[in-house]
Amino acid sequence: MSPRPGFVLDVDHSTPPTLFWHGERFSLEKLPEGSRVIYAPEPIDPLTDPQAAIRHALTHPEGDQEPLPALLFPGMRLTIAFDDISLPLPPMERPDIRQLVMEQVLDLAAEAGVDDVELIVALALHRRMTEPELRHAIGDRIYDAFAPNGLLTQHDAEDPSNLVHLGQTDQGEDVEINKRAAESDLLVYVNINLVAMDGGHKSVATGLASYKSLRHHHNPETMRRSKSFMDQHKSELHSANWRMGRLIRDSGVKVFQIETTLNNDTFPGAFQFLQKREWEWKAKDRLAYVAASNALDRVPARHARSIFHTVKAPHRMTSVQAGEVEAVHAVTTANVWEQQGVVVEGQTDILTMGLPYISPYNVNSILNPILVACLGLGYFFNLYRGRPLVREGGVLIMTHPTPWEFNPVHHPSYIDFFEQVLSETTDPNVMSEQFEEGFATDPWYIHLYRTGHAYHGVHPFYMWYWCAHALQHLGAVIIVGGDPKAVHRLGFRAASTLADALEMARDVVGTSPTLTHLHAPPIMMADVQ
Amino acid sequence: MKALVLERNLPRFAASRVASLLGSGRGAGIGPLQLLDAQAPERPGEDWYPLRPLLSGICGSDLATVDGRTSRYFEDMVSFPFVPGHEVVGVLDDGGVDFSGRTLEPGTRAVIEPVLGCAPRHIEPPCAQCGSGHTGLCGNLASGALEPGLQTGFCTDTGGGWSTAPLMAHASQLHAVPDTLSDEDAVMIEPTACAVHAALSAHVTPGDLVAVIGAGTLGQTTVAALHHLVRPTTPCTVVVGAKHPRQRELAASLGADLVVPPDQLVRAVRRRAGSLVLGGRLTEGADVVFDCVGSAASITEALSLVRARGRVVLVGMPSKVTVDLAPLWHRELTLVGAYAYGSEAAPEPGAPDRRSFELSIDLVGEASLGRLVSALYPLERYEEALAHAGAAGRRGAVKVAFDLRKPKGRTR
Repeated sequence: MSPRPGFVLDVDHSTPPTLFWHGERFSLEKLPEGSRVIYAPEPIDPLTDPQAAIRHALTHPEGDQEPLPALLFPGMRLTIAFDDISLPLPPMERPDIRQLVMEQVLDLAAEAGVDDVELIVALALHRRMTEPELRHAIGDRIYDAFAPNGLLTQHDAEDPSNLVHLGQTDQGEDVEINKRAAESDLLVYVNINLVAMDGGHKSVATGLASYKSLRHHHNPETMRRSKSFMDQHKSELHSANWRMGRLIRDSGVKVFQIETTLNNDTFPGAFQFLQKREWEWKAKDRLAYVAASNALDRVPARHARSIFHTVKAPHRMTSVQAGEVEAVHAVTTANVWEQQGVVVEGQTDILTMGLPYISPYNVNSILNPILVACLGLGYFFNLYRGRPLVREGGVLIMTHPTPWEFNPVHHPSYIDFFEQVLSETTDPNVMSEQFEEGFATDPWYIHLYRTGHAYHGVHPFYMWYWCAHALQHLGAVIIVGGDPKAVHRLGFRAASTLADALEMARDVVGTSPTLTHLHAPPIMMADVQ
Repeated sequence: MKALVLERNLPRFAASRVASLLGSGRGAGIGPLQLLDAQAPERPGEDWYPLRPLLSGICGSDLATVDGRTSRYFEDMVSFPFVPGHEVVGVLDDGGVDFSGRTLEPGTRAVIEPVLGCAPRHIEPPCAQCGSGHTGLCGNLASGALEPGLQTGFCTDTGGGWSTAPLMAHASQLHAVPDTLSDEDAVMIEPTACAVHAALSAHVTPGDLVAVIGAGTLGQTTVAALHHLVRPTTPCTVVVGAKHPRQRELAASLGADLVVPPDQLVRAVRRRAGSLVLGGRLTEGADVVFDCVGSAASITEALSLVRARGRVVLVGMPSKVTVDLAPLWHRELTLVGAYAYGSEAAPEPGAPDRRSFELSIDLVGEASLGRLVSALYPLERYEEALAHAGAAGRRGAVKVAFDLRKPKGRTR
């Protein structure tokens, strides 16, 4: 039976309660009759022979690009850059796609007699990956062949000796990227395109860039002009990256882009019920829900967190395409939409969403309050094409415990941002003007970013800028079940129950609001007509 | 007339020490402090004047004494029995003479500079410290015409402020209270003078980052002293760690640039100093740290907050503590005490030195520090008062004082 497309359910009296994520827990909530629930399409069929598909992609490139074997020659400098820990979500079961792709690229390089090969994790300003995380992503064979010899590095956006300024775009944007990547005869980029925002020129222009470069598009104004940043053609974030990517290309950097897409088979075995439609739950799904809920309710949050972060998703590759960046990305984007697109008629007054335990920036870590805001207002709010799911002036209701809790190793500057910046302003423009540079240039954050496993000092600002479009668009944001102090620090309203939140929302949008629930994850993209 | 009297009674001191484990000030109910009938002490000399207390504050050192937690260092500097209370505003029913030799008319309100140095002890010539105006550093605290006692309120001969009976004040101790100050303002003069002395002796230089640990009475008055006495000539940034919401409000209103909960202070200082962190300590922290708590934890925190070759000023009274001094040695830190008051160098070249108390009187009026007086109690409710003082921050209070003006009833 072929997978079913996405679906918008109209809630009536016979509709069973709807599953809401609540961080490391979940609940079943009865939505008002007349509400809508948006369900993701079912996982589409994966490639039956991924190895063959990869081989085919490398030898039959998209766009104006020669096959990979033709680009490899003895004596050349070859650099392979790849996406970091932020993709995919949750991390996928072994073997990771990056391993599958890179093994074939390396085999081809070996066959061509290429012996100057380096691997670079395209961190941008993200935290450095740990050895187990790297081994998981690229496999033990590659790790053991490259890491001990210093040939596997993690992009360091604060190492001036390993950055090169390629010029400025016609908009005056500095383009400064990893020197080894820029000066190689060939830069192969291995991507995982989990959402439509990923990939394309953003891979190199962002993933291998410095703060000097990134600040041109990671700012409040760009994010407000990206409606949404999941829709490349309406996204100023993408426009800037495309300008930069073309400058990189025109500077003589030869990029061979390899992009992959995944199906949205997100949760394994015992957690499969999380991606099913509630009225189709079988007895074993209900049992699994009860068992999981009871177990999670009985353990402290940190243990529940540990449990979830061991979950590996059974994602499978649905496509792989390689070659010229823009041609590749056009195919990739279409494939992402095929898996994630859901047509939705019209906007809603109130949009509800249950936020899970994970976002791109807290793998093996804590979803701190800033990341809660970013996941809801940045990522989930922007999972649309056309118009936002919620109307302008509408209300966003999110469920998440939102603990005042941070991972000091991964998110040191987040702590200071939360304590010092958000206590003074929640306005992205004000914080950008008054605080950003101080955080971006703070030597302690730079030290931790370069030598530890910390996100760059400026990263919490970017998370807040990610919310800028939603903050401008929405009439109110309510978090259900969150730590009130933390919620208020974010500038949002706190509610104890969904019913309370709906009452509060009615003060903003009127007494007879329309309500839509985004039943994610699994990830979907709403095509709002 | 009544007075709270502290007698030497070792079993009761031991009991109060145990009781204080339940909370600061809890030693009052079981310790050696008793409410007794009292009379004014005898005048130790012609230059002594009876001062009838109006308000008398409860200080951290008083609480430590009542709880039996005072350092044994002070054992030879007190004489029993004594009436505590050194933060006093009173009235000179028979008039007197002040520290400068000025005659004070009967009915004049006055505060006392409580240190019992060479002048009150009739020691001539005075010691070198008293001779140069630094009476707080007097070495004759157990000599001369008085029984031992480092201050009024710790000496059996002088009486103290926790009494409806007059205490005896030496002319050198007396400062008239301007009519513009309320009694509440005036009772803040003594603790504020301590802060004035601390702030002016800390060698703050222009552009310094200054951290203040603790936001009780001493923390608040230190912030006020920095703001009003240091900043006009020496611009500096003041960051305060304050535990309770009311304390944070007050510190901000008194001039702190940033007030944060204590667990955020290190991060706040680190951010402003642009410091790295090494071994849990800031490499480039605050230039000056005022420790207005005086505990092992606060001293340790101060040593971790301050930059290399920076200065830590102990304003709060410490006792016997265990502190790792390796950072002090390794980073060439200066750890210095700031006790009481004395003579302060004027910031303007050529201007005469002034007593800490004179500066404090001005500061109390300018910053309206009477607002720090949060609760007044009659002597009869001393257990309640001391418990309140011991839990002041948690209960939204700063200064708790005895109201000796009325026979009964709490007035605020």
